[in-house]
This record gives sequence, C-alpha cells and structure tokens, in this order.
Amino acid sequence: MSSRINLYRFASPATFYPLAGRMIPWFSWAAGIFCLTGLFISFFVAPTDYQQGEAYRIIFIHVPAAWMSMFIYLVMAGYSALSLGLNARLSGMMAQSLAPTGAMFTALALITGSFWGKPMWGAWWVWDARLTSELILLFLYIGYLALHSAIDDPRRADRASALFALVGVVNVPIIYFSVKWWNTLHQGASVSLTRAPAMAHTMLMGMLVMALGFWMYSIAVVLMRVRCVMRERERDAAWLSALKEVE
Amino acid sequence: MQWGSVQAFFDMGGYAAYVWGSFGFTALAMLVEVVSLRRRASHLQDGQETGA
Repeated sequence: MSSRINLYRFASPATFYPLAGRMIPWFSWAAGIFCLTGLFISFFVAPTDYQQGEAYRIIFIHVPAAWMSMFIYLVMAGYSALSLGLNARLSGMMAQSLAPTGAMFTALALITGSFWGKPMWGAWWVWDARLTSELILLFLYIGYLALHSAIDDPRRADRASALFALVGVVNVPIIYFSVKWWNTLHQGASVSLTRAPAMAHTMLMGMLVMALGFWMYSIAVVLMRVRCVMRERERDAAWLSALKEVE
Repeated sequence: MQWGSVQAFFDMGGYAAYVWGSFGFTALAMLVEVVSLRRRASHLQDGQETGA
C-alpha cells in the first residue's frame, strides 16, 4: 500500500468511526484528570486576588471557556473549508459535530462573565465591544445549527452551513482584538503570546490546566457526537452493518 | 492553603453565589451534554439491533 493512500485512509467514515471509538476513553480520562487538577489549583493553590477577593476565581473557567468558544469556531470553519473544497463527507460531519459544543462554551463564557461582572462592574451585562462580539458568536453558532437542520439533504446542508461558517469567521479576530481596537469595559488580555503574563504563576497555571481539560473534553464530546452523526447519516451503508456484526 | 475553615471555603469571601453559580453552571452544562450524547448513542445502537 502506498503512503499516499494511507494519508487519506482516516478521512473515510468507515475507518474513522472505530478509530474515534478507541480515542474517546483516552480523551475522557485526560479531560477528567486535567479538569480536577485545574479545580484543585483554582481553589486551593491560587492565592486570593488582592483587588477582587475570591470572586476572581470565576476566571479559571471563564477564560478557558472563552478561548474554547473562539477556537472551536476556527476549527469548525477549517472543516467547513475542507468540506467545501474537497467535498469530503467526514469534514462536513466534523463541522456539524463541533457546533453544539462551541455554542455551549460561548454560552458558558457569557454566563460566567456576567456572574463576574455583577459583583465587579455592578452590572450583569454591558454593551461593550468584547461582550457584544461574543454574543454575536453565540448567534453565529445558533444560526449555523438552525441552517444545518433546516435542510433535509445532509450534503446540501453541509455546503450551505459551511459557507455560513466561513463568512462568520471574520467575527473571531474581532472578538480577540476588540479589547485593543475599542475602549472596552472588559479588561485587556492578561495572557498573551508576545509578553509575560500579567498575573501570578499559580493563577496562570490554573487557567492553562483548565483550558487543557476543556480541550480534552471537547475532543471527547465531539468524537462522541460525530459517531452519532455517522450512524444517523449512513444508516444504510454497508460498512455500518458490517461493523454491527463484529461488535 | 488560604482557607481557615470549611465555612470560609464555601463562603468564598462573600461571593459564594457568583463563584459557585459559575462553576455549578459549567459543570451542569458539561454533564448534560455528555449524558444526552450517551443517550443518543445508545438509542442509535438499540434502534439498529431491533432493525427499526
């Protein structure tokens, strides 16, 4: 078998389905370990903030959830581009499976943010550029899911919603740079790739470990969902009935 | 460790509702997602075994 064939082997649902099934337990365990470690650091290792007291501990889930909300959208747009460009079945299924988890993290970022905003800013919500663009991200996820479910033929639904996802991707840099471009109430980035983080090491550690936990969780959950989507879409395919016999 | 007592831990310096609300909501959302996916998967499996 030539190596070129090997490269595309796992792009086929028939080979990806069992592979995903084998990967789910590993990612689930990793998610559990990282999240529990992250929780331990958040509550028992990280010190009390001198300005915000204990309320700042919300950032240990708020920031990772917000990172995931943007990152999942980028991955979803990447799979959408692949599914449009290569007309690959699996890419469309992956994009469809990423959207609900991305929407969940967006909602969590908004909810935990308002739980932090109420005691710190005195308001659950303000129409600040960061908050508004994150809310638009939630609407993009919901719009993507609504569009996908409105079209009966899954391949056509993939194409239409892929286009939608690709148009919406311009919102992600807007969210990311909103605190620089506009004078926002939301604070600027405390963690950046280009300079030293502006916080205690244990606080940064807690956020990074929690973010890793959310990553692993997202991979596990998306793999679970893509397996469901495969079963639903390819109900009558020969590879699925062959699989049933070996199970 | 900065907590003097169990009570102090749960009190979160007076921000208990906000801190536990955030963490609780997040845990709940993740739990609901996993449970509903497991149910969806097992439903699909059952449906195929009975030929439905």
